[in-house]
Amino acid sequence: MSLQTSTQPTSPVQQALREALIAGVVSFGLFFFFIGLKTDQNIRNELVLVTRWGLLATVVILTMIVRFLYVAYAVPFLARQKIADAVTGLLPDSTGTKFFRVPFFIGSLVLAALLIVFGSAIVAWTGPNIGAYVTLIRAFAIIYAVAAIMFYGRAFIGRNFASIGIVSLILYPILVVVILALLAWSNGSANITSAAFQGSLKWVDNFGIQILIYVMLAWGLNIVVGLAGLLDLGYVAFYAVGAYSYALLGTHFGLSFWILLPMAGILAAFWGVMLGFPVLRLRGDYLAIVTLAFGEIIRLVLINWREVTNGSAGISGVPKVSFFGWFTFNVSDPNYISKVFDIPQSGAYYKIFLYYLILALALLTAFVTIRLRRMPVGRAWEALREDEIACRSLGINTTSTKLTAFAIGAMFGGFAGSFFAARQGFVSPESFVFLESAIILAIVVLGGMGSLVGIAIAALVMVGGTEALREMEFLKSFFGQDFTPELYRMLLFGMAMVVVMLWKPRGFASSREPTAFLRERKAVSGSFTKEGHG
Amino acid sequence: MSDAANMSTPILKLEHLSMKFGGLVAIGDLSFEARRGEITALIGPNGAGKTTVFNCITGFYKPTEGMITMTRRDGSTHLLERLPNHEIPAKAKVARTFQNIRLFSGMTLLENLLVAQHNKLMVASGYTILGLFGFSGYKRAAAESVELAKYWLEKAELLDRADDPAGDLPYGAQRRLEIARAMCTEPELLCLDEPAAGLNPRESLALNELLMSIRDETGTSILLIEHDMSVVMQISDHVVVLEYGRKISDGDPASVRSDPKVIAAYLGVDDEEVGDVLVEVGDEQVIEELDVAPDPEHGPGASSSMFAGAVSDTIEHSDEDERIAVSKGASKAAQVEAKEARSAEAPDTPSKGAK
Repeated sequence: MSLQTSTQPTSPVQQALREALIAGVVSFGLFFFFIGLKTDQNIRNELVLVTRWGLLATVVILTMIVRFLYVAYAVPFLARQKIADAVTGLLPDSTGTKFFRVPFFIGSLVLAALLIVFGSAIVAWTGPNIGAYVTLIRAFAIIYAVAAIMFYGRAFIGRNFASIGIVSLILYPILVVVILALLAWSNGSANITSAAFQGSLKWVDNFGIQILIYVMLAWGLNIVVGLAGLLDLGYVAFYAVGAYSYALLGTHFGLSFWILLPMAGILAAFWGVMLGFPVLRLRGDYLAIVTLAFGEIIRLVLINWREVTNGSAGISGVPKVSFFGWFTFNVSDPNYISKVFDIPQSGAYYKIFLYYLILALALLTAFVTIRLRRMPVGRAWEALREDEIACRSLGINTTSTKLTAFAIGAMFGGFAGSFFAARQGFVSPESFVFLESAIILAIVVLGGMGSLVGIAIAALVMVGGTEALREMEFLKSFFGQDFTPELYRMLLFGMAMVVVMLWKPRGFASSREPTAFLRERKAVSGSFTKEGHG
Repeated sequence: MSDAANMSTPILKLEHLSMKFGGLVAIGDLSFEARRGEITALIGPNGAGKTTVFNCITGFYKPTEGMITMTRRDGSTHLLERLPNHEIPAKAKVARTFQNIRLFSGMTLLENLLVAQHNKLMVASGYTILGLFGFSGYKRAAAESVELAKYWLEKAELLDRADDPAGDLPYGAQRRLEIARAMCTEPELLCLDEPAAGLNPRESLALNELLMSIRDETGTSILLIEHDMSVVMQISDHVVVLEYGRKISDGDPASVRSDPKVIAAYLGVDDEEVGDVLVEVGDEQVIEELDVAPDPEHGPGASSSMFAGAVSDTIEHSDEDERIAVSKGASKAAQVEAKEARSAEAPDTPSKGAK
């Protein structure tokens, strides 16, 4: 199997040593002023030069080691992988099968089980600092076990991805509560149920609901950007319209969420058409600028129209959603859930209910998108993205086609907005800044334009990943107590985007599912699809 | 209107069509007819305004002057210069292809042909609403549209690639697919902009057969722009020749082929005659609407060299106020006309124009 080429003059180790030296010199030159020297003030307010040779040496040596390891081991490894691939076509399995072995899998299961059962005892014995590492090891063991299961069942998962995803999303809150109950039991907690429900708040609300809101928003924007190819930088405006529709109509007129949800969608769709009309003639960059301006206009109106929107102070006391009038989630109501079912009070019921609500809304978005893609209007959207002039030559009314894309995309933004208002119980213009539009658009682009599964994965990675940073307590023992990892989330967000765009320029799901087929459904490679230009 | 009477009316009639871009006259007072059930070829040197005529017919440009009348099989007439762009294929049943192929490259062949049946399917799906709830009427219409797509894929010899992306096809197949896509709109007039460009002789032959079978089997009239004279002479029933936006010849392929003006337009006239000819041309009516003196900065110079730039070279300069005129010597056909007039005056001078 050794395919060492004889033309290579030096061994990888020699070359790695040389390149490590060069990297050391370059990084020394770069970091000498950045890290080695620092200007500071002394006690008499004078500017003094502080030297940090130790830190500089650490950084340079680290750079050299990483470069050495990369050139000596990683590059030959990757090259060998490619050769094996070309010869046998077996490569995609071989790396994985080396990494995921059955003994390792069993080991990780045992480790995870041990740490779940005895974790609290170990933490109590070692103290919080080392305890954080115990939690980390436990997390890695669980992730490894789950990844191994996914690896060995990949054929099955690939076939039934959508149904597995939906089932696991439906089971998610139940699993969270059950696992937390197990943890509480292993900790010997007195009230297992209330501890489990209380602990599930974070996982259901901060992770589940937060990610699903972004999934729904990104799926809504996907209709405009991914399918119709119209670059919309002001999508958050429709989210704001939906949120304020529910907040205002709900607080002033006491209308139910179930009436206001469709109304918020209709109002947002109306504003979608309002935005659509003037920008129909614009394309590409110009369209992006006008939609960006539209988003800002809506936000500024919300800030400045104090009589109606209460300005920057926002609207508080937005009514909660009731379970279709059967029972509510307000403790003071006579038909509060715990009174109806005679169970202990907990805020977690509402969150779990909201989780299923946003899951249903997101699935509705996906369902409508999938159905619409197979309808003539959906095909016309995609055709519009591919070539607008050809569309017109085939008798497609591009004006109404673009307007329906804007309206339907905005409608789902409005649904998500009214849900957001109900979940927060408070809306203010703060929540609808341009950054939100940018994040939603980034999710659509990272996911692969037009692909629902890719977008869901991108939302999971982007939103869930930044949320997960809050959980990285062990980093404190690494970088010091005043280190707050969530402050770096935007940095990591940007880095992740760069990496993904280098690795998969068309997003996670870089192929397109055809909407009709004669013999077999073959995915269309992303290299043929266009992004649209207006 | 009876069918027989209808057959005699031309399917497409252009009357006094002019198209000006700023000061540039791309088409000047062009009139011709395309007869029903025939293949009409529109030929001419580069920059003669052929594609501009197409863009006027299919509504991508609104002509400055003139009238374009489309008479459909059922006798209804449509003034194409008044219809919005997208209603020309939908209502007047005129379909077109493009010089630089415009397929939906990221969609499969089948999807390309289904997009072409958009309007029919929109109605069948109750403007999406009925179709969204799975009404049977839409399902039936969808199945029918797939059948139509299959029929045209088979005609274009692309059936076995129906599920591949259009961008993956070789060039010749993309040309055929574009024609199949245009035919899926069920047009009565099919406008093809250089369908044989970039095809090898075998593909070109297959294209000829496809076009003739379209004409004979569906009764669709065809208007085509083509540079490949073998295609034009083999399949067209009627040829219209343009030069600098004006019609210089009109008739069946054989007569056009021997027309000295056409030959001059394509090959130029002898250089030693240019001086004489220019003097004569100065008085000709052919370019009388270009009443401003030729601008030596723009347009071809006062030379009849074959290497003189075409009028399209000057498009970039066209401010609204600036009027760019074609040099009086540029039109080869006008030179021939002038020479004929001259030889009519002195009958014993042998004509050198037709070479």
